[in-house]
Amino acid sequence: MLTPEQIERKLDRILLKVQKPGRYVGGELNSIQKDWDSVQTRVALVFPDIYDIGVSNVGLKILYDQINQREDALAERAYAPWLDMEALMREHRIPLYALESKRPLACFDLIGFTLPYETLYTNTLNILDLAGIPVRSAERDESHPIIIAGGHSCMNPEPMHAFIDAFVIGEGEEVIHEIIDVVKKWKVESNNPLSTCHREDVLRELAKIQGVYVPRFYETTYLDDGTVARIEPIAADVPKVITKRIVAKLPPPPTKFIVPNVDIVHNRVSVEIMRGCTRGCRFCHAGMITRPVRERSVDEVLQAAEEALKNTGFEELALLSLSSSDYTHVLELVTKVGEKFGGTHLKVSLPSLRIESVSIDLMERLKDRRSGGFTLAPEAATERMRRIINKFIPDEDIINTTREIYRRGWTTIKLYFMIGHPSETLEDVQAIADLCKRVIAEGRKVIGWKAKLHAGVSTFVPKSQTPFQWVSCDTPEQIRAKQELLKRELYRDKNIKLSLTDAEDSFLEAWLSRGDRRMAEVIYSAWKKGSKFDAWQEGKKYDAWMEAFAEHGLDPLFYTHRQRRTDEVFPWEHITAAVRKNFLFQDFRMSLEGEIRVDCRLNCYACGILPTFAGLRRENPGEGWKCPDVKSPVNNKQSAVTSLPLVGD
Amino acid sequence: MRIQITFSKQGALRYTGHLDLHKLWERAARRAELPLAYSQGFHPQPKISMAAALPLGFSSRCEVLDMKLERDIPLEGLRDTLQATLPPGIQVLAIEQVDDHAPALQTRVVSAEYEVTLAEPVDGSELKRKVDSVMDAESILRTRRGKQYDLRPLIESLAVVSSAEGKAEKILMKLAAKEGATGRPEEVLDVLGIAFEETRIERTRLNFQS
Ligand code: SF4
Repeated sequence: MLTPEQIERKLDRILLKVQKPGRYVGGELNSIQKDWDSVQTRVALVFPDIYDIGVSNVGLKILYDQINQREDALAERAYAPWLDMEALMREHRIPLYALESKRPLACFDLIGFTLPYETLYTNTLNILDLAGIPVRSAERDESHPIIIAGGHSCMNPEPMHAFIDAFVIGEGEEVIHEIIDVVKKWKVESNNPLSTCHREDVLRELAKIQGVYVPRFYETTYLDDGTVARIEPIAADVPKVITKRIVAKLPPPPTKFIVPNVDIVHNRVSVEIMRGCTRGCRFCHAGMITRPVRERSVDEVLQAAEEALKNTGFEELALLSLSSSDYTHVLELVTKVGEKFGGTHLKVSLPSLRIESVSIDLMERLKDRRSGGFTLAPEAATERMRRIINKFIPDEDIINTTREIYRRGWTTIKLYFMIGHPSETLEDVQAIADLCKRVIAEGRKVIGWKAKLHAGVSTFVPKSQTPFQWVSCDTPEQIRAKQELLKRELYRDKNIKLSLTDAEDSFLEAWLSRGDRRMAEVIYSAWKKGSKFDAWQEGKKYDAWMEAFAEHGLDPLFYTHRQRRTDEVFPWEHITAAVRKNFLFQDFRMSLEGEIRVDCRLNCYACGILPTFAGLRRENPGEGWKCPDVKSPVNNKQSAVTSLPLVGD
Repeated sequence: MRIQITFSKQGALRYTGHLDLHKLWERAARRAELPLAYSQGFHPQPKISMAAALPLGFSSRCEVLDMKLERDIPLEGLRDTLQATLPPGIQVLAIEQVDDHAPALQTRVVSAEYEVTLAEPVDGSELKRKVDSVMDAESILRTRRGKQYDLRPLIESLAVVSSAEGKAEKILMKLAAKEGATGRPEEVLDVLGIAFEETRIERTRLNFQS
């Protein structure tokens, strides 16, 4: 294996030939390089997209800190090299290396991938290959690092089961330490020449950790129609169902963010103000899988923001959550942030505000009027659709709020919509165009031709572990017809900017997000045929995917355009985000009836979170969680974990 | 108050370009809590300017920047404060106060000196001959980005450093660095028949008009 010095020498000869070489050299402020020989366990954390996107990922940053705080372990980082760099690395035989020490990834004991979205799957294979590590889990031996992955897309890990040794289901802050402990013990033992401990044994130990899923210990059988018959453990000691991990209380937020020496996408400090969401929008994967809601205190957020800004000098502060307006003390937080950082040229962003005038007051308090537009997400434009997706905002609220936004000095409003919701018709899409026109017309009444509107219209992709996991996607023809309608209606107005997502991109995401184990071979073949950077125009190869499907006798439509039977066993049936399947099903049925379920912090709907995490809730009573308190001890704590309730029971 | 900072730029920072370096200093100033002055207008920019852009991949031990502050601050201890907030690869060499009305740095640079280290030493006497012929030439016409120009008047001096065994290890150059008349070390290397990738280049000195 090449030494760091050899790698650096080779790099010096190629770096000036690539775009933005600063992506590949590390040396950033706040990066941590520990002495390699002073620790027992070395972890490489990988964000399998380019540096420009990966550096600011908060999830990876949390793990980087958690691991580096340990005396006995170190964590370094790696990202996907862009196409130009990859070509040169292959030509000059430079294996993928970690940015801190420039050591090849293959030297590490543990490699952790974060997979927030499905379009990173081919990149993950490519990175393993660039690192000289066998891409398939089954082909790795005792000399190779253990490959783990976590992140939102792992709520259905099956399409990647052949490549990842162990998945973390849910939140990683605590479980990463348990994983490191297991790997560390294995390494100590394997140094003993008499050791009989094999890779398989380590994986078996990992599978015993709550929230860790080791796919090789499970088997999936299929029915004749291609749907899943059963998913069963084939090893003793592994759980039948893997329940996600959560932390009872959010640990202190990271404040020593990496400050890159080259420009990246988000040059900012991010402080997570709360995790989880109680709104229950039926299309929203994040909202369903990150329950329960846990909030940080205003003081904790303020202190972290201040410290992080001092540590980084960044020009922007992002207060992150799925729904800022729902943060209990949002007014207090925003007032204090405004007081503290007003007049310092700091840009503050507060995403996901509710469509109501209070949101304008909040933004005004941030004294951030000039930067960019005001963003709102109605998602749908007819009452029928809004009931179906469980995001009910009357037109009048949208019109009144947007008018007020223009009146108070913003010239650009961004409205986010989604097309392709279940049972959506062209009339529902026409209503999106009409609503946009009404908004801009109102804007013109207030501020004249300065008023601008940006309509971002994405395509709905049904995700696992949500009430819409049963539904079929729109066909490409339907999506195109809907997009054409919007273009026709909105392109005439110069002050309305319309952006649409590419229909092919949505399908790729769609078959991966609800795929089964057989998809692994399709991913492998698509990658072999050159598909990578699937979220990028320059990388993705739709034809390669189509050929890959054909090669394995599978039909993409089976995964995308098929209404699931109500009694269907899903490929992810053995993985749970602790929201019960029959709760999701009931919610799906309510959507068909146009029935709304309002915010669950007002009224608990018993989604399944509380019985699963009753113990944690009891130990952490009060304001931090937004689920009701649990007082009496629950006798059968494990019930929701071990027996998955069947639909309709 | 206006201050001038002289610093080195090495290691990983060689791959940070001019605009990114601006950003880097802006953030360093914020971390050190300096009262940075900003321009007026819709997109206020901090008032930081650099003497001469350093090409990507070059290291330097003589970069100079100029920074305007909203109010006076003591210079004492400032070097340590700033240094503590900088990424590895940037070393503050000197900080001094300059007259608020002094001309902009960029307009005062006249020439720059470079030290080129050869990855593989070459025959010293042969290189020396080439260097002499460059220095003896009346003009050296070259084309860069579709434009023809004369490189020769931009070369103020050129010298070869050889080992005791007569192997050429380094080339020292002094090139013009005025606005609109800047000599580029890669161009000189090309004339000498040395591949740019086989070298490491460091800027060693910037000369200013007094
Ligand atoms: S347990 Fe109740 S309050 Fe908690 S997330 Fe589920 S429905 Fe909402």
